[in-house]
Amino acid sequence: MRPFKFTKAKDEADAVRLVSANRDAQYIAGGTNIVDLMKEDVRRPNELIDISGLKLTRIKTIPSGLSIGALATNTDTANHPLVRQQFPLLSQAILAGASAQIRNMATNGGNLMQQVRCWYFYDVAVACNRREPGSGCSALGGLNRRYAIFGWSESCVAVNPSDMAVALAALDAVVNVTETSGTTGYGIPITEFHKLPGDAPHRDKALEPGELITSIELPRNNFAANSYYLKVGERTSYSFALVSVAAALELAGGRIKQARVALGGVANKPWRAYDAEKMLVGKTPSREAFEAAAAEEMKKAQPLEHNEYKVELGRRAITLALLRAFKGAAE
Amino acid sequence: MNDHREDEDYLLNGEERPETRADGEKLLDELGIFGVARRRFFEQGLAGGLGVFALQLLAKEKALAAVETAPDAVFAENAGLENAVRVSLKINGAAQSVEIDSRTALVDLLRENLGLTGTKKGCDQGQCGACTVIVDGRRVLSCLTLAARCEGKTVTTVEGLAKGDELHPVQAAFIKHDGFQCGYCTPGQICSAVALLDEAKNGEASAATKNLRATARDLKLSDEEIRERMSGNVCRCGAYPGIVAAIREVQAGRETAQYWQFATEEEIAAAMSAGEEERDAAV
Ligand SMILES: Cc1cc2nc3c(=O)[nH]c(=O)nc-3n(C[C@H](O)[C@H](O)[C@H](O)COP(=O)(O)OP(=O)(O)OC[C@H]3O[C@@H](n4cnc5c(N)ncnc54)[C@H](O)[C@@H]3O)c2cc1C
Ligand code: FES
Ligand code: FES
Repeated sequence: MRPFKFTKAKDEADAVRLVSANRDAQYIAGGTNIVDLMKEDVRRPNELIDISGLKLTRIKTIPSGLSIGALATNTDTANHPLVRQQFPLLSQAILAGASAQIRNMATNGGNLMQQVRCWYFYDVAVACNRREPGSGCSALGGLNRRYAIFGWSESCVAVNPSDMAVALAALDAVVNVTETSGTTGYGIPITEFHKLPGDAPHRDKALEPGELITSIELPRNNFAANSYYLKVGERTSYSFALVSVAAALELAGGRIKQARVALGGVANKPWRAYDAEKMLVGKTPSREAFEAAAAEEMKKAQPLEHNEYKVELGRRAITLALLRAFKGAAE
Repeated sequence: MNDHREDEDYLLNGEERPETRADGEKLLDELGIFGVARRRFFEQGLAGGLGVFALQLLAKEKALAAVETAPDAVFAENAGLENAVRVSLKINGAAQSVEIDSRTALVDLLRENLGLTGTKKGCDQGQCGACTVIVDGRRVLSCLTLAARCEGKTVTTVEGLAKGDELHPVQAAFIKHDGFQCGYCTPGQICSAVALLDEAKNGEASAATKNLRATARDLKLSDEEIRERMSGNVCRCGAYPGIVAAIREVQAGRETAQYWQFATEEEIAAAMSAGEEERDAAV
């Protein structure tokens, strides 16, 4: 690992000031991603600004719903009674990710900011536009079994690895951020927070350099009784999703009043399945209705050389997640 | 020879041959030597006659020994710490105050600086769980924890679990249920299991928890729950059945029979004479 200066931030303003003052500085929260990337020489900050001491850990009720601190750990978030009660989909998605040890360290802000797990990104000996803009994408014609089927570009085909973000996308969360100018903040809808690669995969988050995530807001909803997070990976546990589905239904009078479907492991951002959602609204819940919605969404998939299987897997996973959500399996 | 004159020039005037510098830079990159050690190489290494050739030998040696610190060791005598950070923390009940390089991971602080080699390093990337320790009551991966961030924290390693000669119940259960083979993953497994007990007591959920909306404390964990909660600890020897049995026993607080025993003197004698008879019969 390259040498770096270690600096503890005193408060939010101090953190933002320190990172803005040095363009080679980075925040460290839980450290589970940045430390790994530094060991592998993929990331080379010359200064780490430790934000773990900031008071951004609270999970509390607000008029619009629930506010979750950016520095609350994944474990504390998944286990918080308000989250488990009102947004079990989020608890389920967080618990489907990583391991107990990693969730104990990982923070919500860090989870949203985590980098792709593309092996070409990690291998500093090969080309990667994300690591070295303009050098090319080794995965495009490489071993791309685990890569994207939606929204990829010639410059990058990697997928966003976060489980938490998939649930947040289904729940219409808003990411609150402090600007670099000072203490004023603004909110970014989660569906706009992660960006498709286009021709700038190295800039795939909506944050400006130095901006700090302070909290995540979850608007109140009526999905708690009928939601489900389904994750399909190479192992049952402790592996990244090949495909995952966050499904939520609001039922009224035997019909689907509202539906939310978001997919993980298929694009460089949590993929909201808007077409599937549209097809579900107003329908009587049934396997056939779920299958039709799933097929509609997957029609647009553009698999790479080695991941055609994700199209069929995605279709079945959406159907199964909706069936379980309908049955209230998260309860 | 011209070369010699240039070398002398460098020694006298401090002007080194540019290609030597470039070669050195390239090799140092490959060796992963940066910062103070790198500067020292050019200041003292080249001037002191430790040239690119020597560095190549070092590179080979490093590849053979796979010891990260070997090249630095050359300068160990006068190596100052780069980006030194002072950390005061409590490890297994004892207060410690150490000055470390900011890059030091907790696993390296424990093993290299403090000689607590019970904690193991497996992948060094967060993927195996061998380095699991308990920090402020929570199991974490010491390979992804910067020691600099442990100021004021309380760390428990496998060395800190027993009370004198009395093993922690989880340690005793691992022996009773044959929860290991080579033992490399075991300190991590045990620290993980100890923390798991508290998590179950607090009613924390896992991916195997059936009803997330219903919260309760003092959970009794099914085998499926134990397996899921221990999935962050990989065992290359596949000692999983014994690991689950050990945790099940401690978690449920119910004693179950040990399925293996040390052989008695008589059994050993009988087995040996049986072996002799077989050999005699075969002759
Ligand atoms: C072996 C392994 C398996 C994993 N499996 C999964 C999995 O199955 N599913 C899953 O979802 N995740 C998985 N993860 C990833 C894990 O969830 C992330 O590493 C973690 O969430 C990152 O959070 P952190 O606080 O540790 O981030 P850090 O490593 O501290 O930071 C990551 C990045 O975010 C930036 N950052 C941190 N906080 C803020 C903030 N408040 N504002 C702005 N920028 C910030 C940092 O500068 C850094 O660039 C796995 C990780 C490992 C090591
Ligand atoms: S050594 Fe830390 S997880 Fe493998
Ligand atoms: S006992 Fe050998 S790795 Fe687990």
